[in-house]
Amino acid sequence: MPLDANTPDLRTEFKSVGTRPNRPDGVDKVTGRARFGADFALPGQLTGLILRSPHAHAKIKSIDTSAAEALPGVKAVITYKDIPEQEGCDKDVLVNIMARGTALYDGHAVAAVAAVDASVARKALKLIKVDYKVLKHVTDVDEAMKPDAPVLHPGRFDPVDFSTLENAAHVSGKEERKTATPAHSNIAGRYVFGHGDPDKGFKQADVIVEHEFKTEATHQGYIEPHACTASVSSDGMAELWVCTQGPFMVRDVCASLLGMDVSRLRVTPSEIGGGFGGKTTVFIEPVALALSRKAGKPVKVVMSRSEVFRATGPTSSASMWVKIGAKKDGTFVAADAVLKYQGGAFPGSPVEMGAMCAFACYDLKNVRIVGYDVVTNRPKQAAYRAPGAPMSAFAVEGVIGEIADKLGMDAIDIRLKNAAKEGTVSSYGPTFGPVGLVETLEAAKAHKNYKVKLGKNQGRGVASGFWFNFAGNTCVSINLNVDGTLALALGTVDIGGSRASMCLMAAEELGISYEDVRAVIADTSSLGYNDISEGSRVTFSSGLATIKAVRDLKVRMCGRAAKIWGIPEDAVKWENGAAHPAGSNAGNFPPLSIKEIAAQASATGGPLAGHYEINAEGAGPSFATHVCDVEVDPDTGAMKVLRYLVVQDAGKAIHPSYVEGQFQGGAVQGIGWVLNEEYFYGKDGTLQNAGFLDYRVPVCSDVPMIDTVIVEVPNPGHPYGVRGVGETSIVPPLACVANAVSSAIGVRARTLPMSPPRVLAALEGVAASKA
Amino acid sequence: MLKVKLGGTLVNKAGGRTEFEVEGANIMQMLRNLGRTCPELEPMLQKGVSVAVDGQIYRDAMLQPLGPENEIILLPRMAGG
Repeated sequence: MPLDANTPDLRTEFKSVGTRPNRPDGVDKVTGRARFGADFALPGQLTGLILRSPHAHAKIKSIDTSAAEALPGVKAVITYKDIPEQEGCDKDVLVNIMARGTALYDGHAVAAVAAVDASVARKALKLIKVDYKVLKHVTDVDEAMKPDAPVLHPGRFDPVDFSTLENAAHVSGKEERKTATPAHSNIAGRYVFGHGDPDKGFKQADVIVEHEFKTEATHQGYIEPHACTASVSSDGMAELWVCTQGPFMVRDVCASLLGMDVSRLRVTPSEIGGGFGGKTTVFIEPVALALSRKAGKPVKVVMSRSEVFRATGPTSSASMWVKIGAKKDGTFVAADAVLKYQGGAFPGSPVEMGAMCAFACYDLKNVRIVGYDVVTNRPKQAAYRAPGAPMSAFAVEGVIGEIADKLGMDAIDIRLKNAAKEGTVSSYGPTFGPVGLVETLEAAKAHKNYKVKLGKNQGRGVASGFWFNFAGNTCVSINLNVDGTLALALGTVDIGGSRASMCLMAAEELGISYEDVRAVIADTSSLGYNDISEGSRVTFSSGLATIKAVRDLKVRMCGRAAKIWGIPEDAVKWENGAAHPAGSNAGNFPPLSIKEIAAQASATGGPLAGHYEINAEGAGPSFATHVCDVEVDPDTGAMKVLRYLVVQDAGKAIHPSYVEGQFQGGAVQGIGWVLNEEYFYGKDGTLQNAGFLDYRVPVCSDVPMIDTVIVEVPNPGHPYGVRGVGETSIVPPLACVANAVSSAIGVRARTLPMSPPRVLAALEGVAASKA
Repeated sequence: MLKVKLGGTLVNKAGGRTEFEVEGANIMQMLRNLGRTCPELEPMLQKGVSVAVDGQIYRDAMLQPLGPENEIILLPRMAGG
């Protein structure tokens, strides 16, 4: 039994790992006892509300708060002047939480009030007088890249020669380039990935398919709105209770924005009602702290649903062009793409990751991807599950579907022919180690869903997807209780069942029952720094740290047994929940169980605990293949998903039910993205559908049971072989459903969402062309 | 000597150059020497990059050992959802 915490053994046989115990937070959540962000309350707390810009783009000439401040019951009113810029803070985040001179999007925060109740706070908001000068706006990514587009940040980005920008015609060599005087623009960055010579590669192709695609911005759609309660004392000590994916991030960013020492702010995360990447930054938290600091009382801020849509981060919308060339046998010889993502009013769209993921599933000798990061008058985008990847996969997998059709090849066979595997030089640079794309394709082909015969107006789609998976800073403590049970303190918020998975890994490592380990999410003063719960990193990183912390504890427990027996520490081993003499030479002592060691802890040296902190690395990438059957009503354009299969490589599924849940959740969010969800802007640049009545996410009746197959190709970077699973599952659905629709009705959807009117219009177009 | 390839934004900042040869026994030393060799990259390196070593992506592990046998690729700083 390796007690060395640094031993990178790969375990393959398990007792607890791989079982499906009840979730530890289940009872609290179904009975309403679980405390989410808005459930926290303090005596004497005030209600905080935020005034937001009604304009997409406007100069703020003046803000008069005097009438609001004079209203009885109002305890504080703040503007950007109350949050002065601190040296070293993130200026974009600072400007996003409170506009400074210019409102950059509909919903941009302009001022905030704290009052004795919501009624007074609402009245106070109405009394704040903001004098705006409305400016021209732009919300579409293609429009924002034109020379005559209104520029959001004049002088900030490098001047651009618009005639050199890649678009479909340029890359195809169909349009002569001209030179022009470089000018300021909304283009925050241009990125290039790839290798080989695509132009030469295309000359070898027997079939070439190229098309343009567009996707709209979609919101993560978490059910729980952003909420927090801030309390700043007169001595400058502060506490914050908040729903977030990253309490340490919230602490550090808020301290930076407000000029506080980090040690003066303690952040406690609540249960989280969904995040999916949208709760990896701050919006209301520094505002609540600034209000509390000014009012001298606790302040709770809870966003309305409308505020969530208008002022938090959806993902980017995208405009893309993809071209792939293939030989008659299906071998891809060249691939090319231009991706344009708008990231809202600030730089930082996930176009680089979209570009890196676009062709990552395939072994390509000649590949080029150009990406543009563009700013528009929309809310600052935030991460959304595999940021950037679903959009580029939608375009790439759509083109692959069409190539398969042209060559008369099976949709899985053409992917198998070109699939990335161990040793493949990826399209974004690195060479892959052991990966499981081929295994997901083979499992999908063998699944019963792939053999179901389809009826009239029904079609089948296939798509694959990739996500890197990340690791990062993680710190875990495990404390042995007096009765031999264990308390596991984690610093990564549980957004997908990680408490159960950590308990399973701790139980496995100790050789005890899952029920004897209880995990809690600690506050920021109780553990060392932990990175955000993002990037599919938690089960990998916190799991790794949990295993190592348990091994640390085992060393200590063996040491206590050695003392009790009077033998050297290295003469003791840990097996099946107890310390044993390592061999006959060590002495003939009966095993000391964990409960017996715990009972004697005080008498043998004091409390027993294990601890581990690490900047974890080695998260293995994950691939998935999805298969979808749809039926389209040709009279209405309405679509029904008949069957949906997710096959994904999990490395090792610690708690298979949670892994399947991640697969299913990603698929359903992707189905919503492709069928219904979109940010809809009016001509004035204001969001027209800031609510769940008009922004339609899928509900249970919209989708079938999502079938799942867990593929397990162990990740050599984790002692149990774990790979992250939370994000890859949202990468293929956009293309998968679109390919199914094409198969059903012969119409290729290249603009999302494929809402019934859009499908109907496409059907009518096909009918007209045949007439 | 380490062979370091660049990807994405880093290529733009390096004036289109995609590969460098620098000394270094670990990621920290490699990045420091790369910044000296190509000062235009320094702001990006200071801001943070991801380093792919033999296919594994490292975001912050500055002490990860490197050798001439390693495939080293600098990528943009990455984050997930």
